[in-house]
Amino acid sequence: MQRLSHLDDLEAEGIQVLREVFACFRRPVMLYSIGKDSTVLLHLLRKACRPAPPPLPLLHVDTTWKFREMIAFRDRVADHGDVRMLVHVNQDGVRQGISPLTHGAAVHTDVMKTQALKQALDQYQFDAAIGGARRDEEKSRAKERIFSFRSAQHRWDPKQQRPELWRTWNTQLRTGESVRVFPLSNWTELDVWEYIRRERIEVVPLYFARERPVVERDGALIMVDDERFVLREGERIEQRRVRFRTLGCYPLTGAIESDASSLDAIIEEMRASRSSERQGRIIDHDGASSMEKKKQEGYF
Amino acid sequence: MAAALLRFITCGSVDDGKSTLLGRLLYDAGMLADDQLEALRRDSTKRGGAALDFALVTDGLDAEREQGITIDVAWRYFHTARRSFIVGDCPGHEQYTRNMATGASQVDLAVVLVDARKGLLPQTRRHTYICALLGIRRIILAVNKMDLVGLDADVYASIVEPYRAMAATMGIESVDALPVVAPEGDNVGLRSTRMPWYQGPSLVELLESMDAEVAPPQHFRLPVQWVNRPDQHFRGYAGTVCGGRVAVGEEVLVQPGGQHARVERIVGSSFDLAEAFSGQAVTLCLDRELDISRGDVIAAAAQPAPVADQFGCHLVWFGDAPLLPNRSYLLRLGTATVNARITAIKHKVDVNTQAPLAARRLELNEVGYCNIDLDRPLAFESYADNRELGGFILVDRQSNATVACGMLDFALQRANNIHWQHTDVDKSTRALAKGQQPLCLWFTGLSGAGKSTIANLVERKLAAQGFHTYLLDGDNLRHGLNVDLGFTAESRVENVRRVAEVAHLMVDAGLVVLVCVISPFAGERDFARRRFAEGEFVEVFVDTPLADCEERDPKGLYAKARAGRISNFTGIDSPYERPAAPELHLNTEGQRAEQLAEQVLAYLQERLG
Repeated sequence: MQRLSHLDDLEAEGIQVLREVFACFRRPVMLYSIGKDSTVLLHLLRKACRPAPPPLPLLHVDTTWKFREMIAFRDRVADHGDVRMLVHVNQDGVRQGISPLTHGAAVHTDVMKTQALKQALDQYQFDAAIGGARRDEEKSRAKERIFSFRSAQHRWDPKQQRPELWRTWNTQLRTGESVRVFPLSNWTELDVWEYIRRERIEVVPLYFARERPVVERDGALIMVDDERFVLREGERIEQRRVRFRTLGCYPLTGAIESDASSLDAIIEEMRASRSSERQGRIIDHDGASSMEKKKQEGYF
Repeated sequence: MAAALLRFITCGSVDDGKSTLLGRLLYDAGMLADDQLEALRRDSTKRGGAALDFALVTDGLDAEREQGITIDVAWRYFHTARRSFIVGDCPGHEQYTRNMATGASQVDLAVVLVDARKGLLPQTRRHTYICALLGIRRIILAVNKMDLVGLDADVYASIVEPYRAMAATMGIESVDALPVVAPEGDNVGLRSTRMPWYQGPSLVELLESMDAEVAPPQHFRLPVQWVNRPDQHFRGYAGTVCGGRVAVGEEVLVQPGGQHARVERIVGSSFDLAEAFSGQAVTLCLDRELDISRGDVIAAAAQPAPVADQFGCHLVWFGDAPLLPNRSYLLRLGTATVNARITAIKHKVDVNTQAPLAARRLELNEVGYCNIDLDRPLAFESYADNRELGGFILVDRQSNATVACGMLDFALQRANNIHWQHTDVDKSTRALAKGQQPLCLWFTGLSGAGKSTIANLVERKLAAQGFHTYLLDGDNLRHGLNVDLGFTAESRVENVRRVAEVAHLMVDAGLVVLVCVISPFAGERDFARRRFAEGEFVEVFVDTPLADCEERDPKGLYAKARAGRISNFTGIDSPYERPAAPELHLNTEGQRAEQLAEQVLAYLQERLG
């Protein structure tokens, strides 16, 4: 009797979730954040519809503060030609000059990410938005559904989520309601890297260790990616050998010192690692239930 | 990590130390990162404890942290050097039967926790029963808090032996048992040295070596999930194989229709395959063009799946509102979606004792054995043979909530023996003979709203113009056809169903039918609408304020209801759900019945010509 290996099992489940979206929603979209999870998601998307091209567009919510290497990578993906890449920027936020450096992580994330995402979903009238979130990322995500329902105001109500049995999903929506879909729900960070290695998927080079210009700020190593970064008194730029475990807005994303410059080395490092993935994200540390609150407000 | 991914659940109540066991398991597997451990230390101190409170590792949402209970299935991920695991933490209280069923549907193995001091409790029986009901055949029994019974082998044996006997009666094929002390980690990660009388493996060792996967169903089945048709050159049927295997060149059957074809090509996730087996998400191309859509099942031609539209099944009710027999729900089985109604609750099951009990309805978290009727036949398997083609969910048509899960047992013979008899004279022939377009005018509204008065006027005018009509009045029908029905929610559902069926027959006979029933529930009006062809059903909402109805009170019923002499009276102690989008909305305030009847006639003038 043939059985699926661990990664084949997760891959098949992800493909099944994606096909459910193709079949059951009128205007689906895939949220593309350029990171490793989004990259795996795009890989699964291409597999789910073989030999046809993906039947839905990608949407990148650009906060204008992403690493330059991320934007270059995104543009290369768009140039590949098989997917349509939509890019949305909250122009109100740009006009107000919202910046993580002056307004802080919370305001910046709310305006340029959460509000921006709502604007884009409203503008395009998407009824299903596929994201790369995994349940193992954070405590409050452990109970998140694969098909997670949002009210017409994009709010997530933990009490109104539908029980999910087998792989028999309830995809019924009323007008204005939408659903966030997480095909990688059951993947761990290690699964993602092992899959990237097995499938030889290209990821943003920032995941691999290299000498980079960094500043130590509030206990984190912040990479100085462009001239908008203003040094505070006493700070200085150093060249250190670092890499990133997660990618976001560069002033809000802490690097880790590492020598891991290959997939093998990253996986090796992770198996030995004693810190959790989201630790480098400044947005998560505002309070014990900060992620849960952000989700209720519409953060992905 | 060559071993397959192992998915399992843990069942037990907070008091059994389930969260602690799970937290300890993650800790022993080395899955708690330094920053998580730091947070755990901080939180444990905040709760007033000196030792690490492992239960805090797995409690997620704010609400339940405050209540101190877990209310939803939480999924955790961990790995050892030998294997990766996904574990669902299922709340165990009786009011969370739905959550345990949800968790159990995703796995093949359950760890059932028992408090050594308390032994087997009704809840142990309940947890085991729900696991068995959802098809779990392997259980690990963890007897916890052994330190509180002096690490005594006899206490342990007095729990394990009766448990094995009980589990066997429920169809559990294998029970592995072990004694543990969760906070200290005895027999969790490492074998305990404190209980030398137990020589077996630790929990982690057991999980690592467990072959929990039930052998997949034998015969090839692929529920069509999505038809991939990018252009005229390619047409493929995408889905996940849920039984057996299939190879290029083999003959298959498309069900429920029964068309034959050969597999021409199997598109895999990376390249084309010579064959596909259970669990793989693939796309099949067939050697001829057939009309196949989502919900059909492609099956091995030599071993077709049974096809039926009436079944016996177990139901676990999730809805806040009770299950009402004969109400119409959406049913999802595999990839198919159809309309379904429960025609009979044979009995409900006491989840603690498994005793069958008589029942007229099913409430939240209750389990029942029911007969179910679909509006069209589906290819299926009994749940015991194939979870994907035997497990279904019911969705409420109004709220879209998932209100039940069900496990198909077998097709009712009735479906096989009763056939639809074809007749040569059909509706259009009958309508032609009468020179009219058949139609159903459905008057809904509160008691005393004026439904019958208006409908009576409309029928008189129509009859005068030569139309063949009939007026079905709810009150009158209760003297005959519906004489056995009362006014409870269940009876109202059945009342409206019967009226809708009679109206349907009359429209089929070519008549213009006027129906006057309160029909307070949107669900039943929707059911009635779907019994008719597009455009044949005209919902007329006779909208009279409750105060006006009460003032008129033509039958003296409101006075009786207010006096408490009759109960379940619509508008007083039973709800009226206003139609959202009726074809005609008659606002009766300040209007005479004649004027309102004219509005109806004006509308019909356009429709009937």
